[in-house]
Amino acid sequence: MGVHRRVRTAFTTVVAVAIVAVLLFPLYWMVNASFQPPAGLLETPPRWLPLDGTLEGYREALDGQGRALLNSVVIAAGTVALTLLLAVPAAYALSRFRVRGAGVVLFALLLVQMVPGIVMANSLYAVMNQTGLLNTHLALVLADSTVAVPFAVLILRAFMVTIPKELGEAAMVDGAGAARVLWSVILPVSRNAMITAALFAFLFAWADFLFAISLNTDDAVMPVTVGIYRFIGAHTADWNSVMATGVIASIPAAVLLVAAQRYVAAGVTGGALKD
Amino acid sequence: MLLRVGFLAPLVIYLAVFFGYPLLANLSMALREYTAASFYTGEAPFVGAANYAAVLADPVFGTALGNTALFTAGSLVFQFAIGLALAVFFQRNFPLNGLLRSLLLVPWLLPLVVSGTVWRWIFDQEYGVLNQTLLGLGVIDQGLPWLSSTSMALASVTVANIWVGIPFNMVILYGGLQSIPAHLYEAAALDGAGPWQRFRHVTWPLLRPVSAVVLMLGLVYTLKQFDVIMVLTQGGPANATQTLTTWAHALSFGELDFGLGAAVGNLLIVIALGFALLYLRGLRAQPGAPVAGRRG
Repeated sequence: MGVHRRVRTAFTTVVAVAIVAVLLFPLYWMVNASFQPPAGLLETPPRWLPLDGTLEGYREALDGQGRALLNSVVIAAGTVALTLLLAVPAAYALSRFRVRGAGVVLFALLLVQMVPGIVMANSLYAVMNQTGLLNTHLALVLADSTVAVPFAVLILRAFMVTIPKELGEAAMVDGAGAARVLWSVILPVSRNAMITAALFAFLFAWADFLFAISLNTDDAVMPVTVGIYRFIGAHTADWNSVMATGVIASIPAAVLLVAAQRYVAAGVTGGALKD
Repeated sequence: MLLRVGFLAPLVIYLAVFFGYPLLANLSMALREYTAASFYTGEAPFVGAANYAAVLADPVFGTALGNTALFTAGSLVFQFAIGLALAVFFQRNFPLNGLLRSLLLVPWLLPLVVSGTVWRWIFDQEYGVLNQTLLGLGVIDQGLPWLSSTSMALASVTVANIWVGIPFNMVILYGGLQSIPAHLYEAAALDGAGPWQRFRHVTWPLLRPVSAVVLMLGLVYTLKQFDVIMVLTQGGPANATQTLTTWAHALSFGELDFGLGAAVGNLLIVIALGFALLYLRGLRAQPGAPVAGRRG
């Protein structure tokens, strides 16, 4: 590659870094505020760097929101479990068998993703109230799974149809039943698709706010999204601990991006899994 | 055979219980006087179309409908335009391209409540970095009420939502661009087409199916948007940022009139369904299209 060309691509990188810096500035601003002492946030001009930083905001966040963070973990983990339990066998059936009504099910899965969450919240409130499930983790697991299940079935099915039929048939000839084929042939091959589905189920549930604020009247099972919302309402001036809570609530997303980047990319583009 | 049906049955039952029943219940609630008392007494008298009539006669309805349209259109136009510009830019070959592209995904993965909270701090009238910077540059003489003025709040909320949606648009459009065969660009270049002409006559027409899907998905998600608005303004001031979604929530969970909330929710479904049918038509025209995006 010539010197001229190398200079040009280096310049393009500089432009790209500038674009990313502008678009990610709000995130930097959250991290910066989370480390500033409360008084430092009320200065003009603003403190651009967290020099003389403090961890006080994080201490307060963990004190005040520890319970909410734990609730979020429980709800998200429960949603992942329920989602995989429902989606894996269904995706298997939809990808391997000729089931009557399969087309209707697929169409329904696409269509239900269009239903506004507020409609679901409205009627689920009545359902949870009648069944005595209001203010329980289970209510939020069930509600959050309505977002995750259709997505997971579609993404898992899109992967499973690409698995060669011969793979399962060989095992069938050896006398294995459908359940056995799913467990010992399909599942190991579908690991990546399952990780993608699980990651997104976790993120959907972790980020849920609408169901959490609608199906909870009690602080006992409040997840961190509602915690932050109440926190801003109650302490509008206490931005340093609000932002520290925001940073903590972003950790799962950050971890997922670093640890599972290729799965995330696969999830964004839907069923377009390559490996 | 029975066993095979057994794999699908749990999902079908689940869909019936958690989508079928709630949707029917919502239709029924909208026809009843369904209030907080209904939960204790178990009685919700049938009132026919009275809830719909009340909602349509409410002056907030027109406001919420207009806000929903402006918020959605504004979000879509800018998310798409900026997403497309970024996707085209990242088509180039340069060091760190992959890393920078995945960094741009971060805002998309954050809980919307967190993104909303950050923007609320940025927009803060007294100490927000936006006003501080504009004041420092001498652009304005005093801090602007980004979120507390009825004339500015909707635009501010839309800006925050545009920021949230850029990564999704960029990633899908980038994928679409990657699937355009390089030889078409080479042929166009041989014919003497400049960069703009290549975009206009190669990229744009070939990207159309993907663009249609991105816009329809974005539209359906933006119609449902709740978190960002709630955190930034809660639909205020004076309904300036009230959309059909936030209004439905306020009616049900604020005024505890679930019948009215259900009626607004059902109107929202009718609107979303209209666009969903468009989306499905677009999907059929584009077999390789993404199956799903997400919230937001």
